[in-house]
Amino acid sequence: MQIAIASGKGGTGKTTIATSLAKSLAGLHQVHYLDCDVEAPNGHLFLKPEIQTQKDAIVRIPQIDVGLCTTCGRCVEVCQFHALAQTPEEILVFPELCHGCGSCTWNCPENAITEIENPIGVIESGITPEGIHFSHGVLKISEPMPTPIIHQLRKNEKRSDRSVVILDAPPGASCSVVETLRAADFAILVTEATPFGKHDLLQIFGILKDLKIPAGVIINRTDGHESEMEQLLKEKQIPILMQIPFDVSIAAGIASGRTLIDIKPEYLERFRTIFCQIESLLAAEEAC
Amino acid sequence: MIIIVSAKTAEYEGAPDERFGRAALLTRVDTNSGEWQTFPNPGVNQSGGAGVAAAQFAIDQKADAVISGDFGPHASRALNAAHIEMYILTSTSDSVKKAVELFNQGMLPVFQS
Repeated sequence: MQIAIASGKGGTGKTTIATSLAKSLAGLHQVHYLDCDVEAPNGHLFLKPEIQTQKDAIVRIPQIDVGLCTTCGRCVEVCQFHALAQTPEEILVFPELCHGCGSCTWNCPENAITEIENPIGVIESGITPEGIHFSHGVLKISEPMPTPIIHQLRKNEKRSDRSVVILDAPPGASCSVVETLRAADFAILVTEATPFGKHDLLQIFGILKDLKIPAGVIINRTDGHESEMEQLLKEKQIPILMQIPFDVSIAAGIASGRTLIDIKPEYLERFRTIFCQIESLLAAEEAC
Repeated sequence: MIIIVSAKTAEYEGAPDERFGRAALLTRVDTNSGEWQTFPNPGVNQSGGAGVAAAQFAIDQKADAVISGDFGPHASRALNAAHIEMYILTSTSDSVKKAVELFNQGMLPVFQS
């Protein structure tokens, strides 16, 4: 089962939830934790894995043989990412814009294009003290495109059908979030009862609807009063999986690199309950 | 000479756009005949590579020079490779027409990458 943790708004507690959920299930299931927030991965600060393997994340970019190229511009025409430009004298390649789709190579009438490997970051994998299979992608500074590394991160994971994969998504609602959510079985959306939290949550709802992924919400930093958020979720018929009251001791614990279940051990059972809840939600969905 | 000015509106008297790749329109001006025509900027709605798309348009239009508020690294690399000169709008270039006049008088600064 693959569970993605997303939010829309940044700083709502995705990694807080993802790391604690992973730890709560570690003794019961084979757990994989994938930090897909490749622009600023931080799950390792809480799960403290021992990194065992390091692998380049690659985009295959075109290299043009100027001896064969007639600058016909076919490659420029077929590149939907504008990673190529045609001048009267030459074809220019913009590696940072290339998604590695291979269209230019495929369409070149002169076979003047070969593909070379352009490393855009690294994928590091290891094991945490609890036995969680940990992986994260780290995008190189100045590389603008996180999606290929997220794609490779998800593809790399060797797992059985019975293992639980926790996908810690990047913030926002752009391509990198879609790449993380794609083919997930369930999404846990972590939000806060603020206008900003609500606005971004609605964007994620839109994505999940398109991807047909069921979801539940965790409202973080609540103040004990019924929020507009709760009413919204009631209207949308999206289950609230948990509410976490605002608590300075949680904030202090997180700031010192401890997971929520280490700071507040009573949350361990609550996370296990959430997992059972998700399992039964999915089972009910299948039965429908 | 063919020059291309990034523009906000389709009028010759309308305001130029400070942005190149993300400008709504690109206005092509033939300084010899004074003829001008406005085109939608192919870069404006691209998720990425807007600068390259706009630069490719300038190359395809056989422009000798382009005028905008600034040029990103991709656009300037493509324009440089095609030997198209880049000029920067000044505070007094409040319309496309005015920008072209200033260009003709040699009053617009050259873009420094």
